Amino acid sequence: MSINVRIPPVLRAQTGGAKVVSVEGATLGATLQALVAAHPELREQIFEADSSLRRWVNVYVDGADVRHLGGLETPTRDGIEVVILPAMAGGAAAPVGE
Amino acid sequence: MTTKLFAEVDAKAAQQLLDSPTPPLLIDVREQNEWDAGYLRGATHAPKGTISFTIGNIAPEKSAPILLYCAGGVRSAAVAETLAGLGYTNLTSMVGGINGWSAAGLPVVETTTLTPEQKSRYSRHLLLPGVGAEGQAKLLKARVLMVGAGGLGAPAALYLAAAGVGHVRIIDFDNVEASNLQRQVIHTTDRVGMPKVDSAAVQIHALNPDVQVEAINGMLTTENVASLLDGVDLVIDGTDTFEARYALNDAAVQLGIPVVHAGVFRFEGQLTVLAPGRGPCYRCLHPTPPPAEMAPGCGVAGVLGVLPGAIGVLQATEALKVLLGIGEPLIGRLLLWDALEGGFTELTVRRDPHCVACGDGKRGGGAA
Repeated sequence: MSINVRIPPVLRAQTGGAKVVSVEGATLGATLQALVAAHPELREQIFEADSSLRRWVNVYVDGADVRHLGGLETPTRDGIEVVILPAMAGGAAAPVGE
Repeated sequence: MTTKLFAEVDAKAAQQLLDSPTPPLLIDVREQNEWDAGYLRGATHAPKGTISFTIGNIAPEKSAPILLYCAGGVRSAAVAETLAGLGYTNLTSMVGGINGWSAAGLPVVETTTLTPEQKSRYSRHLLLPGVGAEGQAKLLKARVLMVGAGGLGAPAALYLAAAGVGHVRIIDFDNVEASNLQRQVIHTTDRVGMPKVDSAAVQIHALNPDVQVEAINGMLTTENVASLLDGVDLVIDGTDTFEARYALNDAAVQLGIPVVHAGVFRFEGQLTVLAPGRGPCYRCLHPTPPPAEMAPGCGVAGVLGVLPGAIGVLQATEALKVLLGIGEPLIGRLLLWDALEGGFTELTVRRDPHCVACGDGKRGGGAA
């Protein structure tokens, strides 16, 4: 079973530039754990210390927000697409937070 | 003995027909200049001189009920005879025409009479189904707040101005810098150093003198956001800080004003329409702002200049759809565009019933 996880541009430094990472897992949680096992620097970007999802990270399974599905318990199947999507900054020049 | 080929009704009876569960197709057979001065809501315009050629497209089914009107009732009766000759079987002419209708105190759609210059300028809009003179008049009366005159705001403002959105209020606190010009096409090299809102106003006036620009050189804050939104029909969100974005969101939800939101990063952009009462708000999408390192601005991360251009133009597109009431705005849908792949991805965004801004029971919330 292979699941494609789409990595947002802001996290691609942690995946060696990869835009899509293929991993396996019977649930979304297992899939994302497999992802961070392959790319350990992603762990603290995606997960809280208690392995729940960080609140500012949205995850979509086949286009639907997992907060409205089963969260990390959402079952997966071969061929689904997982999208990780943090909030994006805007179009102006000033760096955020400055 | 001849059978009458069509029926005749007065204005009151015509209104009852139009209000019935199966209203007739309403056709105005007058000339363009008469139509421009006002017409009945829902009418299709098909002047008497050419209706024999156009009726096939307007009413392919010859048994369909058709209600015809003109100014006083003479031309519509003549057209009814013509159409009967073409095989139409369910024809009614309104006695007294639109003049009788108005005299009976019934409502007429008033169009803003476009000047000859405007008819020429907006001629491609006037040809479009769903826009036309009525839609153009809506745009000319519309008021849009642009938050930011930067990467997203620059292209959005230019296209909204070109489209004839009559009043644009722009707020930004930056001055034009040389490094902006790679993407912020509303500014020019000779205006480096000028406040962005003033530079934008110069360009908008040069493009379309119909547009009134209200330039506000400052920052959107929780204190001034309500006054910035005052009288506005729609907001283009080109902010680059989460503080401003949440402040804008919360006030727009309170006031029931739709916001066309977008964000860009390097080669990718995202876009959605946040319409209070019709879909989620920004807090439903992102309840918590990310830490600064997770959402760097373009000044840190870089951005392909054309990327905010494309996304800003999509924002203008969504704004026009919402203002005109046409198509399917991106409400509850987040569109992602990857410029390098050349592909779009669509995600579903739902209103969160527990949202602190628009959740159930809150003002501007979606629950009845």
